[in-house]
Parts: sequence; C-alpha cells; structure tokens
Amino acid sequence: MLLEKLQSAVGAGVILPDGHETFVLNLGPQHPATHGVLRVKLTMDGEYILRAEPVPGYIHRMQEKMGENRSWSKYLPNTSRIDYLSAMTYTHAYVLVVERAAGIEVPPRAEYLRVITSELNRISSHLVWFGAFLLDLGGFTPLLYAFDDREKILDLLESVTGSRLTYCYYRFGGLCNDVDAEFLTGAREFVAYMRPRLAMYRQLVTDNIILRKRLEGIGRIDAELCRKYGATGPVIRGAGVANDVRRVEPYSVYPLLDFKIPVYSECDCMARYLVRMDEMEQSLRIVEQAIAQLPEGPVMGKVPRVVKVPAGDYYHAVEAARGRFAIRIVSDGKEIPYRIKLRTPSFSNLSLFEEASRGMMLPDALALMGSLDLVIPDIDR
Amino acid sequence: MTLPEPFRLLAYLAGVMAFVGVNAAYLVWVERKGAARFQRRPGPTEVGPAGLLQPLADAAKLLSKQLLVPPDADRTLFRVAPVLVMAPALMCLATIPFGKTLGARSLDLGLVMVFAFGSINVMAIMLGGWASRNKYAIISAARIVSQNVAYEIPMMLVVITLIMVTGTTNLQEIVEDQAGGFWKWNVFNLAANPLMPVTFVIFFICMLAETNRAPFDMAEAESELVAGAFTEYAGMGFGVFFMAEYANILVGCSLGAILFLGGWQSPFGILSGVGWFLLKLYALVFTVVWVRWTFPRTQFYGLLNLSWKILIPVSLGTLVLTCIMLKIF
Repeated sequence: MLLEKLQSAVGAGVILPDGHETFVLNLGPQHPATHGVLRVKLTMDGEYILRAEPVPGYIHRMQEKMGENRSWSKYLPNTSRIDYLSAMTYTHAYVLVVERAAGIEVPPRAEYLRVITSELNRISSHLVWFGAFLLDLGGFTPLLYAFDDREKILDLLESVTGSRLTYCYYRFGGLCNDVDAEFLTGAREFVAYMRPRLAMYRQLVTDNIILRKRLEGIGRIDAELCRKYGATGPVIRGAGVANDVRRVEPYSVYPLLDFKIPVYSECDCMARYLVRMDEMEQSLRIVEQAIAQLPEGPVMGKVPRVVKVPAGDYYHAVEAARGRFAIRIVSDGKEIPYRIKLRTPSFSNLSLFEEASRGMMLPDALALMGSLDLVIPDIDR
Repeated sequence: MTLPEPFRLLAYLAGVMAFVGVNAAYLVWVERKGAARFQRRPGPTEVGPAGLLQPLADAAKLLSKQLLVPPDADRTLFRVAPVLVMAPALMCLATIPFGKTLGARSLDLGLVMVFAFGSINVMAIMLGGWASRNKYAIISAARIVSQNVAYEIPMMLVVITLIMVTGTTNLQEIVEDQAGGFWKWNVFNLAANPLMPVTFVIFFICMLAETNRAPFDMAEAESELVAGAFTEYAGMGFGVFFMAEYANILVGCSLGAILFLGGWQSPFGILSGVGWFLLKLYALVFTVVWVRWTFPRTQFYGLLNLSWKILIPVSLGTLVLTCIMLKIF
C-alpha cells in the first residue's frame, strides 16, 4: 500500500501513516558521491531512504549494438571502454571468447603475460576504488596515496601497451608485443613496494575507529540478495560465498597459480572493503608467481589474417575487478558478429541497491553504494 | 601608551577586523598547504612565492562573481545569513585578551559573552540553509541544529567546571590566574580536578563539532549533501561563509588557549606576552587542520551518540569531581 503510493508519487511528497511527509531527493546525475553520471531518485522520510530508484542511461554508448557493425577484431578496443578501470580483464574476456569460438591456440607465454597485466590492472582498479570509497566517507587523504601507487602500475602498463587506461594489448591468439626485461623487473619491484604500502593502509585506514564504526554492520547484503540480483565479485564474497570465476570456471593459467579467494561472511560494508583489500594482496602473489613461472617463447599464435568465427553461440566469463564479466557472442559465420551480449558486474551490483538501501540513512546508503564499487559506463555500456 | 577611549575603540575595531580578515585568508592558505603536505603534494605554488598570494587571487575571483540568488529563495534571509555568520565571530574576539594590555574590552562576563555570540553562528547557517530552498541545504540545516544542540551541552559543562576552578568569567583574570609556568595552566591543574586533561580533550572535540570541522563536518559533508547549507551560495556569499568558518576556528582555538593553556602566559614564567598566545593559538589551529586531513567523517548518529552517551556523562562526571575536590581541599 505504502510502496504503491510511493511508486505513484513522481517528484512530489506523500503523507505517511505517521503524519510525516516524504520528499524526493534527486541524487545525481551530477553528485560528488555517484562518481559519474548515475542518477538515483530517492524518496526520503527525513534522512531515511524509503525508496531508491536508480536511473541509469546517462552514458549509454550502445556498446552492444556497435559490435554488430564492425569486424571481430575491430570490436576489440570497444571492450576496454566498458569498464575503463579494469580494461585488461574486459579485453581478456573478449579475446578468450573469440579464441574459444574460432579454435585459436594461444602460446603459454602470452597467457602468463595476460594474467600478469590483468592482475596489475585489478590492483590499480581496486586502488581507485579504495581512494574513492574513502572520499565518499569524507577522508580525502587516502585518495592521493592510492593514486600515487596506481601511477606506478600505469607507468608499467604504459611501457608495454602504450596506453594508460584503455588498454588494447591482447589480440586473438596472443599479445600485440612481448614485454622486455625492464617491465619484469619493474613489476617485481612494484610487488616489493606494494606489500608494505598495503600494511600501511591496514594500519592507518582499516584500523581507524571512525572507519570501522561507519562500515561495520552497515549495508547488509546477504547471499540470498546476491543470488536474487546476480551480484558477483567482492559483493558476493563479502556475503560469505567463495564465488570467483578464476576458481569456479577456471580460465587462462589461473589453475596453475596458487592464490586464495578472500571471503568474509559479515555481509556488511566492512566485509566488502576487506575482500578488496585482501584481493590486492592475492593479486600481488599472482603477479609474483606468474613472473617466476613465465616461460620463454612467442607471444602470438597462428592466426588467420581475417578472423572468421564459425556460426554458433559462444560464451566466456572472466573475473573482472567488480565481479563476473561475461561476453556471449552469436555468429552467423560472417566477418562481423551477429550479436554481442555483455554481462557486466556493475549493472547487477547496482540492481540490488534499491532493495538493500531501503530504510537506511543517506550517509549509510552512500557508504553502501561506495562499497558496491560502481563504474557508471559499465552499468550503461 | 593609551589612546583616548573613542580612538582606542576604533583602533581595536580596525585591529580585530584586520586580524580576522588576514587570518581567515591565510588560514585557507595554511589549510591548503597543510593538506598538501599530508597528502605528499606541493599545494599552491603558482601565485606569489610559495603560493602566498593565493588567498588574494581567490578573493579577487570570488568578488568578481555574480551574486546569484535562487528564484525561490527568501532573498532577505539568504543575503543576511553570511553576515550573521561572520559578525558574531568578530564580536567574540573583542573580549579575547591577546596580551597583558592587549584586548579590546575586558568584560567581567567575557566567557558568557563569547558563548552567547558563538551560538548565533549556528542560527545563521541554519537560516542560510533554510532560505536557499534547496533540499540538500535544508537537510544540512537540520543536521547543524541537532549537532550544535548536542555539543553545546558538554561544552557548557566543561566551561562550568572551569569557572568553578577559576572563580571568574573574566577572560583576562582567567589568564592572570595561570601565571608562573606551564604547571600552573588549567590543563595541568590536577589539584582542582585530576581529570583536567580529559576536560581539555572534551573541550577540543566540542570545539571541532561546534565549528563544523572534520571529522564532524556533517553540515557540508560534500560527498553526501554536495555543499550542504552553502550549496546555493555563489561568489562572495560562499566566500564569507568560508571565511567565517576560519574566524570561528580562531575564536574556538583562542578560547582553548585562554581557558586551558594559559593564554599569553609563558610556559616558563618569564617573558610572557602576545607571542605565546599566538603560538598556542596556531598550534591548536594546526591540530584542527591536521585532524581534518587525517580522519574520515563520522556518521551523523555516531556523532550524536558520542555526545549524548560519552561526552555529556564524562563532562558531568568531571563537574561533580571538581565540586568534590573544591569542597574537600
């Protein structure tokens, strides 16, 4: 009854049974906490949220439709512009699905290098989240420390890929160029540099009493809610479910590497925070091992000049920084795809916001939103 | 040298205004430079040596902007609010003794006057938020009122404790009572109250909350309420609010230095003077800046819980303890 009334109210307040009047607060599309052009229409009773309705679409670029009018390889740069913060993992998913469809073999050195660059990219993505999340909570300083560390990753990746954010390094069958010794020493040095930094963040930020009070017990998202909306990544791992595509649907050389999937079962913002902080450590371990195991050899397999995908329906998922990213391609045997469907983690993670934020106070809801680590172009794509 | 009364007052009027003006401008610079150092970046460097002319450039920019008043706003209140925030801070400084003979007015009810005018600040920000007719501004105004009500009480309890120890509300006399070395300062006056350092910490926390500084900056919480009560203010309207924030910090820190740290008294008992007062004042101001760039913002109900469940009981406890100590000794 109340909800129906609220749903019918557009822009105006309604009188609640207890005599309070609600109002509609427009959060975004230009708001410091939405980190992009997300708009959330909040129906509020004072500072309490009765209903939060996300209104995406402000940065919709028709990434899926674009796939239908260009050749398989020309779509490659598009994939790095969906979630610009973890571009490597997104291109990884696309090359993997096309390689699976066209039966292209990838040399092991290329797979190892893909894992190294993907994991470095995951760390840089988590560092941006770390800074931005603390910014949402009113702590400005960690952002600049996080960006300082991220700068080192960007420099490393720039030296091999030529770009700093929207990488297009992977190719069907391998990589566009091999790495040099300088990159490998740089990556090793970064691992050695980053470990004490993470320990410092744990001491200065994670153990801060104000931060703990703001995150512990706030924004409950349990496994049931995650299942209902298809939330993945750190959100579901913060709800006690060890669901990581790298382990449940192993791809690339991840089965050969030893790393843990951080899981916390508290279901609150702190659990999701800790999952991401631990994931950075695990990614460092992966990078370290992959460099140690890196085989010699070519980085490009045998690939025909024009890639043709046999008619059929193919699917591949990877673990991106925000959760499960999957591409489904449908081919009719022509040079251009028939259909490309992207399954992006931020979209599913945002979907549960409406239910999870019900009855929360505004600052808590923003902490919850920050803990979902939304990237708006990933929602709208 | 003493000037005849009307000229003396005029001189102090100009002096206090200049002090607040220069400090408000240069505390912004200190804040920006300080923040930059905490964040391992250089901060303002372009305008003047070490960016020292940056506040003037900022002021010139703000002054050249159009003063926009939202069409739905209450025009009178909207324009009056910034003035109402700034003026009480100036009034408060009139009673502050900067040195033995340096002070505009030595009032017997100086401390009471500071608090009387200090409370207007809250009302003014609330009026500004209310007059803006902006939802974010109104949420912020509501927050400010409940926050200040919650923090005025422990602040007052602390001050009453102090008045019981000093036996006067004249700020000049309070400072003179603390003469003779740092062990005579009220913060170390353990004979009157063994919990005096705790009282000082409560005072400092309340001061942060009263001046709406991080980690209690609920009012402007930029990641939640855009700019809170100041969202609709453009140009110098915003600039005055901004300056008033620093003017209020100045008043709060001066009060802290006078009540607890012996004002212009030297810590060694010799060479007392205005230099010591400024040193203590800026040490406290620096701490305020330091706290802001170190901690995340508290949650609003956490803030109220801190006041009602911890600070008020503790400050009541120190008050009772002081009563007992004074009665026994």
